[in-house]
Amino acid sequence: MRYLPLTHKDRAAMLADIGVAAVDDFYTGLPVADHFDLPDHQGELEVERYMTALATQNRSAADGPFFLGAGVYSHHIPAAVDYVIQRSEFLTSYTPYQPEIAQGTLQVIFEYQTLIAALTGQDVANASLYDGATACAEAALMAMRLTGRDKVVIGNALHPQYREVLDSYVRDAVVTDLDTTCAALIIQSPDFYGAPHTYETYRAQCDAVGAKLIVVITEIVSLGLLEPPRAADIVCGEAQSLGIPMSYGGPHLGFFACKHEYVRQMPGRLVGETVDADGRRSFVLTLATREQHIRREKATSNICTNQGLCALAFTVHAALLGEQGLKDLARLNHERACQLADALAQIAGVTIENTAFFNEFVVRFDNPAKDVMMTLAAKNIIPGLRLDDHRVLMCATEMTTDTDIQMLCEAVKEIVA
Amino acid sequence: MDIKYTKDHEWIKIEDGTVAVIGITDYAQHALGDLVFIELPKLGAQYKKGAYFAVVESVKTAAEVYTPVTGEVVAVNTALESDYDLLKSDADGWIAKFKMTDAAELAGLMDEATYRDYVKTAG
Amino acid sequence: MNDLIGESRALHYEEPLLWEHEQSDGSGVDLPAPQNTPLRTGQGAREALGLPQLKEPQVLRHFVRLSTKNFSIDHGFFPLGSCTMKHNPRLNEKMARLSGFAGIHPLQPACTVPGALEVMYQLQNWLGELTGLRGVCLTPAAGAHGELAGLMTIRRAHEQNGQGHRKVILCPDSAHGTNPATAAMCGYDLRVIPTKENGCVSLDAFREALGDGHDVAGMMVTNPNTCGLFERDIAACAELLHAAGGYFYCDGANFNALVGRVRPADFGVDVMHINLHKTFSTPHGGGGPGSGPICVAESLRPYLPVPCVVKTEAGYKLETREDRPDSFGRLKGFQGQFGMFVRALTYMLSHGADGLRQVSGDAVLNANYILAKLREDYDAPFGDRTCMHEALLTDKIQKESGVTTLDIAKTLIEYGMHPMTIYFPLVVNGAMLIEPTETEGKETLDRFIAVMQKIAADVRAGEGEIFHAMPQSAPRRRLDEVKAARNPVLRCSC
Repeated sequence: MRYLPLTHKDRAAMLADIGVAAVDDFYTGLPVADHFDLPDHQGELEVERYMTALATQNRSAADGPFFLGAGVYSHHIPAAVDYVIQRSEFLTSYTPYQPEIAQGTLQVIFEYQTLIAALTGQDVANASLYDGATACAEAALMAMRLTGRDKVVIGNALHPQYREVLDSYVRDAVVTDLDTTCAALIIQSPDFYGAPHTYETYRAQCDAVGAKLIVVITEIVSLGLLEPPRAADIVCGEAQSLGIPMSYGGPHLGFFACKHEYVRQMPGRLVGETVDADGRRSFVLTLATREQHIRREKATSNICTNQGLCALAFTVHAALLGEQGLKDLARLNHERACQLADALAQIAGVTIENTAFFNEFVVRFDNPAKDVMMTLAAKNIIPGLRLDDHRVLMCATEMTTDTDIQMLCEAVKEIVA
Repeated sequence: MDIKYTKDHEWIKIEDGTVAVIGITDYAQHALGDLVFIELPKLGAQYKKGAYFAVVESVKTAAEVYTPVTGEVVAVNTALESDYDLLKSDADGWIAKFKMTDAAELAGLMDEATYRDYVKTAG
Repeated sequence: MNDLIGESRALHYEEPLLWEHEQSDGSGVDLPAPQNTPLRTGQGAREALGLPQLKEPQVLRHFVRLSTKNFSIDHGFFPLGSCTMKHNPRLNEKMARLSGFAGIHPLQPACTVPGALEVMYQLQNWLGELTGLRGVCLTPAAGAHGELAGLMTIRRAHEQNGQGHRKVILCPDSAHGTNPATAAMCGYDLRVIPTKENGCVSLDAFREALGDGHDVAGMMVTNPNTCGLFERDIAACAELLHAAGGYFYCDGANFNALVGRVRPADFGVDVMHINLHKTFSTPHGGGGPGSGPICVAESLRPYLPVPCVVKTEAGYKLETREDRPDSFGRLKGFQGQFGMFVRALTYMLSHGADGLRQVSGDAVLNANYILAKLREDYDAPFGDRTCMHEALLTDKIQKESGVTTLDIAKTLIEYGMHPMTIYFPLVVNGAMLIEPTETEGKETLDRFIAVMQKIAADVRAGEGEIFHAMPQSAPRRRLDEVKAARNPVLRCSC
């Protein structure tokens, strides 16, 4: 087997040194299975052929017009991003527990924390969490620890899968009325239906009852154009849009930022600055006493890993874009969405429901949405996410071309005619 | 003044017969190493005997500080938050003062000589 | 000359933060110029973002220079106990990047992604067959997330069966920190089973912790355990637990010792998470992403989180809550770490059943070889018998001369090796947990053994003092962690 370097001769010599006759003897007394109903090993060529055949069965975003968003977005990833994250030193290293030989990863995370804090208008960010949905649930739990209260309110259209994950984490804690029993108000912006929000009113509502304001962001590119939620206590969500492929839902990148005063109640890893024995600036995992390997059942969360390599991809993409690039990318997304909305709005029987949006919005069809979706699918167009009998959530990004929009509109015209 | 000790390395001094002043021993501080954080209780909070009311943290450890008596927190040494070395001070190294509800709870605690022996065998 | 060299010498670079480089006047990405049409966002455009501004060559150089400060499995020996740092085949990376896998959206209709669903279905089958636990849900994002999924499944099962009063989870003191943390997150009370001097859970200790078991929801045990030993009494414990109405959760962190040889179901396990990033070689990536599918016995399948992939007459399908109303719900957005499923399945197909059997065999052989060669020089608390895939040593002998586990670990760095896991498990003082994995050939093991023997000999010769100052040649010497924690600086002020 190509990945196993021990030779038969090595094994025999090692067994002799140990004083054991055969490898099977290490398993004496264990319930060893006599058979596994699985195939034997295959060469690289055979496996590659097989997996490629499976991949080919899937319709990827690049295969035709594609307008699906809803929490996961199709964006261009510069070639340099994938080159950097495939470097062995990043790809095959471990959590930086030995900082003397892990400054690469540690400095990247420190830069990532800085980028997230800056973009979200918060003081500090952690080294990342699994995804946006779990980050939202962790934010609710953190607000509960901060306030000693056990209820939370969802204030607008939160992504339905975030809501489901929240329900699993906090069980019956989600209530409808914001009062003095509530730990937090959760607001998504742009919300699930694409509408951007501002935060002054929500802040005032929270202050009136002593609750924390949690802002959830599923499209982080929007922060290149929209005002950041500075008024929030915690800002969390999904950062897949920069540097990370959609990959059928993961791995993605949960981000988590908050005010400095809450840092000891944060979940997940944190990297901090310090010096080494020679006084040189260095980075190290810090405030670890919040975490499970030290506090065990009293930890702020059971989380152990972060999404290290995804945070690296984000950092490389954000660094490549830079201040002007991210602003331009955000504008471009918005302008593509405006173009899509204008084109669709000209078709009789089609209405854009949003007055405001960033890069996605709700489209109402007089025809049944199911028919629209199926007819478009037959023309190799993926139009978006069907919300109900007549509405579809549609998205445009910098990937959307004039031709894509034209093909979509022509097909829609045929359907509604 | 009479000082008592617990197996978890807290020391307890009694003031005015009803107030227990609690800190952690030199042994405990040495075992922890350099402190980086201390979490203090809130004034007025109620604790039962055996509950933890404060946490002292080094880089790799978080140690809970337990109260051997049931009672209400009537004073908190907030000066510790800006100076962890203060914990070493005999006079100013206390963490919190408790208004005891039952002085009989002190009965099982060690005196200085017993504690010194205990540390020797434990260490 | 020194002024010009600055802080960088030969291949050793001192790399500033992104914001500290000389800033450029444009972006490292050329985008079509925006038209600056009126905004329909309902608000004005944001002013400053706080990002740096560099061109592509500067960015690439920055990250390549940073990468040179990392040690990785592709550099050398990485015997980090409990972490299974094995070779990460690049074929797995290539497959995960195929457009048909990387470029698909999780909310696409099932009929447009049959190949992706088949990957998931096949991975479920492989894991079910290897563990003997046929109910498989792939969605948990990492090991600790799998623990959460597993305990929530158990909690749901008890509640649906009128056993919601069961509030206690039994867990040995040698467990990973995630186990008690997960139990606490699920609202369970923890009852600790003290392990015996032989490093294992004894039937007597278990029986005492179980009591009559009326309040016990389950137990969480890592097997092989964190001391590198197979829990010999575990099947008997499981029998008692089952009779008392509890479920047995097995932490799958150490599955690499068993894969292709022992099915955990055969020693009584009801629920187990599998770390795809350990046993099935998906890269650790400097701390994630991981992937922690859970496998459960048939009786617990109805309560698993959604979605699992099922095969219907119309093809593969992602389940919904309606399909499986007893499910406790959803624990992660979408379908889990799908990119990791592609890598893990690629790895499984490459090895096959015969190769996986060789994987566990070689991993265990390598660990025993190290244990046999080092148990004279170092205290080996359980060195009187063979171990599984990890060898456990301590610094008991060296400590008498003032050299600790930390010093030994930092000295290994100087010898060009990654340290083993240190001070874990917590129940063993000065622990050094060594997991060589099947990736290492004899030459590497022999060099590690020689280095460890040299360190021990130097200590015996009274030359241990130098180890306190190790490492000397790494990109950094020892760090001031107290300073980092007392006044946390968690972001660049630039």
